[in-house]
Amino acid sequence: KRVSVVLFCQTGVYYGSKLELRAKPEDDEYWNSSKFSAFTFDDEDDEFTKMKESKRAVNSILVDDDDDDDDVEKVSWSGEPIGSISWSVKETASSFRSSGEQSFPKIDTAPSLPKQGSGYSLSSLFKAFTDTSTRAYAPELRKPKSECKDYMSDWSPEETVRRMRKGRAYSLERFRSLQDKLLLLDEAVSLHDGNVITAVLIYLKRSLSKEILFRELMVREVALRHYVHYLKEMGEQKLLLMQYKEHLNIKDEGRRRDFLKSCLSLPFSQDDAMHVQDHYTLLERQIIIEANDKRGEAEIFRKYPRKASILNMPLITTLYYSCFYHYGEPEGTFSSPANIRKTFRISEKQYILTALGARAKLKSWFDVDSLFNTKNWLGYTKKRSPIGFHRVVDILQKNNAPAQVLQEYVNLIDDPELRLSLAQKYKCHDIVIDTYKDLKDRQQLIVYQGKVERGSHEDRKIEELINNMQIRWKN
Amino acid sequence: MAAHLSYGRVNLNILREAARKELREFLDKCAGSKAIVWDEYLTGPFGLIAQYSLLKEHEVEKMFTLKAGRVPSADVKNIIFFVRPRLELMDIIAENVMSEDKLQPPREFHILFVPRRSLLCEQRLKEQGVLNSFTNIDEYILDLIPYDGDLLSMESESAFRECYLENDQTSLYHTAKGLMTLQALYGTIPQIFGKGECARHVANMMLRMKREFAGSQNQILPVFDTLLLLDRNVDLLTPLATQLTYEGLIDEIYGITNGYVKLPPEKFAQKKPGEGGKDLPTEPKKLQLNSAEELYAEIRDKNFNAVGAALSKKAKIISAAFEERHNAKTVGEIKQFVSQLPHMQAARNSLANHTSIAELIKDITTSEDFFENLTVEQEFMTGVDTDKVNTYIEDSIAQKDPLIKILRLVCMQSVCNNGLKQKVLDHYKREILQTYGYEHLLTLNNLEKVGLLKPQLTTRNNYPTIRKTLKLWMEDANEQNPNDISYVYSGYAPLSVRLTQLLARPGWRSIEEVLKMLPGPHFEERQQLPTGLHKKRQQGENRTTLVFFLGGVTYAEIAALRFLSQMEDGGTEYVIATTKLLNGTSWIKSLMDRPEAQIL
Repeated sequence: KRVSVVLFCQTGVYYGSKLELRAKPEDDEYWNSSKFSAFTFDDEDDEFTKMKESKRAVNSILVDDDDDDDDVEKVSWSGEPIGSISWSVKETASSFRSSGEQSFPKIDTAPSLPKQGSGYSLSSLFKAFTDTSTRAYAPELRKPKSECKDYMSDWSPEETVRRMRKGRAYSLERFRSLQDKLLLLDEAVSLHDGNVITAVLIYLKRSLSKEILFRELMVREVALRHYVHYLKEMGEQKLLLMQYKEHLNIKDEGRRRDFLKSCLSLPFSQDDAMHVQDHYTLLERQIIIEANDKRGEAEIFRKYPRKASILNMPLITTLYYSCFYHYGEPEGTFSSPANIRKTFRISEKQYILTALGARAKLKSWFDVDSLFNTKNWLGYTKKRSPIGFHRVVDILQKNNAPAQVLQEYVNLIDDPELRLSLAQKYKCHDIVIDTYKDLKDRQQLIVYQGKVERGSHEDRKIEELINNMQIRWKN
Repeated sequence: MAAHLSYGRVNLNILREAARKELREFLDKCAGSKAIVWDEYLTGPFGLIAQYSLLKEHEVEKMFTLKAGRVPSADVKNIIFFVRPRLELMDIIAENVMSEDKLQPPREFHILFVPRRSLLCEQRLKEQGVLNSFTNIDEYILDLIPYDGDLLSMESESAFRECYLENDQTSLYHTAKGLMTLQALYGTIPQIFGKGECARHVANMMLRMKREFAGSQNQILPVFDTLLLLDRNVDLLTPLATQLTYEGLIDEIYGITNGYVKLPPEKFAQKKPGEGGKDLPTEPKKLQLNSAEELYAEIRDKNFNAVGAALSKKAKIISAAFEERHNAKTVGEIKQFVSQLPHMQAARNSLANHTSIAELIKDITTSEDFFENLTVEQEFMTGVDTDKVNTYIEDSIAQKDPLIKILRLVCMQSVCNNGLKQKVLDHYKREILQTYGYEHLLTLNNLEKVGLLKPQLTTRNNYPTIRKTLKLWMEDANEQNPNDISYVYSGYAPLSVRLTQLLARPGWRSIEEVLKMLPGPHFEERQQLPTGLHKKRQQGENRTTLVFFLGGVTYAEIAALRFLSQMEDGGTEYVIATTKLLNGTSWIKSLMDRPEAQIL
């Protein structure tokens, strides 16, 4: 069974509800005289008047020409247009800070706030939903008493959801049977308004047993996702397979390791499980290496002091570190390159590249040499590389390898064209000459003679070759 | 500043003015002097609607950035929080309100939620015991922001992630709402076409909202003839490719945010006589990019390889214009020349800026790495060796190139091969995790979930069929004088725009088979117009189509649509709307978990 690691992620979502707040004096005379801002009972007219309003707005815009002040844009020295909002935020803020901060010494008056997540009590959240007389609106929105009668009305799921969407008073209490609740949920989902879906889910969470809710959500994918997201926002991710992701928030490496270990038992898909296992093993390994190397007693650490700790670094970085500081250790030690390579099943290519980089950095040309040595069954050593010798040359050159070393590897490049171009680039004259000879390209050889020092060893070699009548030149 | 919005086929300034009016109304609701505390994220989008001068006229005296602690003291009557409805911001606001200095005269608090208020947020404020401290809690519906004369954006970075990864469809609801507002201002759009799941949802919501207004009829003569709703996941390939238009490359390399770009300052140093020894500026150079700038409007949609020629042509015209002064003999002629000077100087500055930008870009496009990367992209798009592990990708991983670059290429290979062979996919995944860290397992999972990365389930790869039928690859793309949209990617014609083009002519019926291979349903809906509002089309009059990209659009796609609008016998002009302007990098980044941990 394949279970994804993450069902949901952190980014916030707009739980937006539409609350119709505009005063519409023409709607109802009574409300005109009331000290409360008008509250429309008549829903049908509402969007209509809004459309009329938009139209009126458009008409008024067409004649309204008092606002052309910003036709010409000024630009400040920093290139940001003067008067742009981000510019003004900077300006007004800085003008304040220069004078303000001195006159108001900082006193920490902020009471300690409950932390988001763990300390959050859901019960208090639900109170807001049940306690309809003090609904969670701004004071000006508190409804007059006469409105209470609305709660008695028997709204259909559609009507209720529509009211919720518009931010009108509503009640979910009348949806008692499971069937009614599910109808309500389906209606909310069909509207795609995350805010309403979440509100309905909160009600269901409170009024249904967890088993039933989950059973129903399993067949309602959209609602399930919203629920997962809601739980996450509320800091209830324990319920979910969000665990692995959580490790990112743990600073202390010991706790991080233990946490990862606890993740190993989660029902991940096969290959995800393998990666999580590797992640755990790597961190465990890094903690051991770090503890030993922090003291930096070995000579190599004094000669090349470490710039940073190895904790939480990627695997390849760890391998590089190990090839740099722990090369040649027996395979049995945790910090040895051989052990890391084996434990994490690092491909030969990656291993060679990383080891080459580390050993070349240290200018251990002997180690570089032995990286590519292979013995055939007759016992002869031969140079072999899984990564193409032109790349080996590149890496060596970047690490300022001496000409001799470079030449040896240029010579191993199979493709004559590539070999020629690199040999010319790094001035390996002998290789250039030999390659032209192999290609039987007399013309190029003559051209090249112009590039080497007159009377030098190379010059004489070319001279000898072009006069050699035994070679069957192609030109 | 906003004049360029009125020059297009549809006057989008009307929309901007409507938004400004609503903002003024809210500000006037909070009588007296005020200070605005900004959720920093919002300043960019708001900048497209209003400048500080508008706020100042309505007694906004100070502006601050929302921060923990205390709101800086300011001698104002009102403090207004302009915020997105996010829980973590509510905690900061609560802290702000509670640390208010009790000895000072009390200030009134207000919240303006953008773009919607939220029950969850208000509950959080109540939890914190501050909900009653607010005199006004309101919402400012900033759905569609006019971005340019033919372009609207919701500037909602996370829309794609929410819709396709988290399955939260709230942004679709906002889209539908935005389209209703648009119809209120520009008339009912008689025809709606769409492709994709999200497109279907949005169309359904629009029709439903229209039913709910039953009884009211929109009496505005329709400006748009057709609305085309396109899901981003119908065309996952296009944003992954490197854009090759001038504007597209500026975005790829430097990133355009809310119409502004920040550039390295070195090339923009003013060399004025007498200031020789001055230090080079170290602050990045910030430039606004839109069609208000004549030269930019002219060159932004060109293939970058045609920009050099256009710039030098412009340079000749400008210097010829300056030469005119020698011919001005009479006082009248001199006077006329002088009156043109400001315009000419502006043109010269604009030319200098774009020459510098073009130089910066050229340094990159001529680099070996850019070339190699592009070669691999084009191989994938033409279907070369998409079923094997690619050595360039492997080498790039070994060199620890930026992870996003790797992900873009691997995803592209997967999309062009209709999924990767399990062995190939596993290999890439292992190399990525070993080199960049195991925590990126989360990101890889996200990419799999949205379909950018997937194992090949059937051996049938339908991408070649799609490519051939829709002519997505044009061998002889003409970069200088294009005759086809494929010039925007030097050969690749963006699938999304091809679908748009084919809808206009000859209609989707001709490509039914291919449409079925692409994800999600395709559909057509009609909205009844009241009698008398049916447009009588003049002979030769172009149709106007609004193309809405759900989940984002790239500058190159916009360029391709503008190219179609300008085609002489095209017959259709396009206005473009989207949830967000994006490129492959910003898109992949929005799908990553903890992208900030990713700067290697």
